[in-house]
Amino acid sequence: MKEFIEGSMAVARGVAVCRPHVVSAYPITPQTHIVEHLSELVADGILDSQFINVESEFGAASVVLGAAAAGGRAFSATTSQGLLLMGEVLYNISGMRLPLVITVANRAVSAPINIWNDHSDAMVFRDAGWIMLFAEDNQEVHDMHIQAYKIGETREISLPVMVNMDGFILTHAYEPVDTISQKDADDFLPPFDPVVKLDVDNPLTMGPLGEPQWYLETRYRIQQAMLEAKPVVKQVAKEFKEKFGRWYGDVIDGYRMDDAEIVYVAMGSICGTIKDTIDELRDKGEKVGLLKIRMFRPFPGEEIIDALKDKQKVIVLEKALSLGASGMLSDEIKAAFYATPHRPEISSTFAGLGGRDISKTSLADLYHKVKGERQDNMFVDLKEELV
Amino acid sequence: MAEQAVKKKKKTKPPVTESLLAPGHRACAGCGEALGAKLVMDAAGPNTYVTTCTGCLEVFSTPYPESAWKMPWIHSLFENSSAVAAGIEAALIAQGRDKDVNIIAQGGDGGTADIGIGCLSGMLERGHNILYVCYDNEAYMNTGVQRSGLTPFDARTSTTPVGKRSMGNQTNKKNLPEIAAAHGIPYSATATVGYPNDVIRKVQKALKIKGPKFLQIHVPCPLGWIHPTDQTIEVAKLAVLTGLIPIFEMEDGKLTRVRKIGKNRKPVEEYLKAQGRFRHLFKGTPEAEAELEKVRQIAEANIEKYGLA
Amino acid sequence: MAIPKGTIVEPGSSKKNKTGSWRTERPVFKHDTCTDCRICVLICPDGIIFGSDHVYDADFDYCKGCGMCATECPVDDIDMVPEVK
Ligand SMILES: Cc1ncc(C[n+]2csc(CCOP(=O)(O)OP(=O)(O)O)c2C)c(N)n1
Ligand code: SF4
Ligand code: SF4
Ligand SMILES: [Mg+2]
Repeated sequence: MKEFIEGSMAVARGVAVCRPHVVSAYPITPQTHIVEHLSELVADGILDSQFINVESEFGAASVVLGAAAAGGRAFSATTSQGLLLMGEVLYNISGMRLPLVITVANRAVSAPINIWNDHSDAMVFRDAGWIMLFAEDNQEVHDMHIQAYKIGETREISLPVMVNMDGFILTHAYEPVDTISQKDADDFLPPFDPVVKLDVDNPLTMGPLGEPQWYLETRYRIQQAMLEAKPVVKQVAKEFKEKFGRWYGDVIDGYRMDDAEIVYVAMGSICGTIKDTIDELRDKGEKVGLLKIRMFRPFPGEEIIDALKDKQKVIVLEKALSLGASGMLSDEIKAAFYATPHRPEISSTFAGLGGRDISKTSLADLYHKVKGERQDNMFVDLKEELV
Repeated sequence: MAEQAVKKKKKTKPPVTESLLAPGHRACAGCGEALGAKLVMDAAGPNTYVTTCTGCLEVFSTPYPESAWKMPWIHSLFENSSAVAAGIEAALIAQGRDKDVNIIAQGGDGGTADIGIGCLSGMLERGHNILYVCYDNEAYMNTGVQRSGLTPFDARTSTTPVGKRSMGNQTNKKNLPEIAAAHGIPYSATATVGYPNDVIRKVQKALKIKGPKFLQIHVPCPLGWIHPTDQTIEVAKLAVLTGLIPIFEMEDGKLTRVRKIGKNRKPVEEYLKAQGRFRHLFKGTPEAEAELEKVRQIAEANIEKYGLA
Repeated sequence: MAIPKGTIVEPGSSKKNKTGSWRTERPVFKHDTCTDCRICVLICPDGIIFGSDHVYDADFDYCKGCGMCATECPVDDIDMVPEVK
């Protein structure tokens, strides 16, 4: 059913049809509307979940950890400072192989305090053992949650999934969204059947001390599960398309890539603006395309190489950077190409940090600059007078 | 026939069965915390979900691939056993699995009174049907006896060392049971392994009450307090009999029961002398005497406040 | 999927670890004056005093020799003696 709803509501509705047993979250802009909507759905009896109001994001993450350990399907949402406060628990959730879903309304990280969008928050946790998906628009984010549960709960995977959506740009935007009906959701997503759970009838110990003779293999196993998750993500995207007719690419997606010589690479909502820019550049005869990264973890290195290996130049446009190094996405793309004979020229560029608007003009200018020469660690639209 | 009847009469109690905290755990000999946990688990019974903070209790009981726990048990982090328990409760309710089960969240004094107090407060205030048990050995034992918010006045710890300008810890024990009670919970109490049957009674009483419950059990640590391993019970009793550790119950915020010490009252010196962590108070210097007087005042204030006399 | 190794442990599996080797002293249960009060059973931190009907003994696979049982026995029916191995 097509409905004209806010992005946060698209998330809440996408989560609600997954029938989570437990929802726990803490207010923080721009995520707040998501939990408000979920609590309304619970209050109205539409969603039959335990909604736990907590004292902090650290508490929220711990509550959903406990819920998942007890065999419940669990959900939380946060952003920025809240995600950082969850940090210790995030590693615990993946280390304990608990497949829950947390939505991150991506936002810049303080200081200075800034409530607007970039990807600095999520990228902090790229090493934390979470499957990380990035949505481009509100339809995709609505559809991503049911996929996320299906991926994470696949028994061989048993890993948590972080659904990323751009704060404000998506969370607060009203768009028509084709919402998933409860019946279709129930057909698509089976009940959570965990590998292990806390149960008085089968009293296992969870969370033991892992001394040096045991710990390393726990990391190996998470790494293996991550690698195995890639085909599962693709399979679930395919199944979703068959059932619902919607497709966003599997782990990556291309736009006007066929004869493109220069390609933007990006994640999230900026892909929409880039597509518009590409259309205008194409009208002027420029051979330009976009590679959208839908999944950052596990890292789709082979798929990216395959998509970019014949291209001349790549502009990686990132909404985060590793201060003192470079962009995390561009560094990993470069690393993926290390062992290949044909490497495109790769420019690392940072844009939109702290919610700075990225215009089509800036994107087109960037294209022409890169066409001229490679740009390295370039801050798009940097105001020299403020530096 | 007649012989059998005689035998039956003699056998008054069934044979001792194994505890729900199985042996083989690596607690130090004479560990009060291990004893406390054993008493709590056996009082609660097997239909109990347990969450535990990082600390001695967790480390000595669950080095992979071994676990001493015979009920469903989980350790997540140092400061979140109360929040994890809340999540378990919520999931059990949502799955219809919450009938006739107990949930116990537990941790040391550090995991409870210091780093975990936020999660604890949230759990108490939200009304979960969970018993929180704090094993108070008055310092961060697992990391080598550092001071916590429940370390008593003048105690030597590895972060409140005794020196030319220091007589040990210069703060009083945070009154955590009253902080818990102030959340409006139905039951908050203290107990001690010095009186094990009282621990059992309080756990069973608490578990019959619906809502959040808090129990703080004083558990000597021979290693950190520096006393012989056979003295655990004796030291625990002296803490009570000197008035330094008041044993009480608060129901719906009101003090309803205390363990009177009356004529059995002992001078604080007896308790302090039994432990190496207070050795510096017996140097006989005017400074040491002044400190002893302050400790006497603490005992006096407790006796007055809780009506222990 | 099999139970993920390193993250899940079987209940009560600590019994594989025989802590009896830590002992430097051992309790001797004399079975003379025992009143069947079971204080030793109650306060042994390792929960390893078993028996019934005035006859109790430590499980020496696990007894750490802390001496609490001997100290707390109200009728002095338990002695601590040096461990000879
Ligand atoms: C966030 C965090 N900070 C510090 C630690 C280190 N740490 C582990 S246990 C512990 C002390 C535990 O003290 P307490 O809670 O009193 O339990 P005890 O060991 O005394 O039983 C500390 C400081 C940790 N694991 N996590
Ligand atoms: S250090 Fe103290 S609390 Fe820790 S195991 Fe030893 S006796 Fe118990
Ligand atoms: S010496 Fe200690 S461990 Fe051994 S039986 Fe007695 S109380 Fe238990
Ligand atoms: Mg402690």
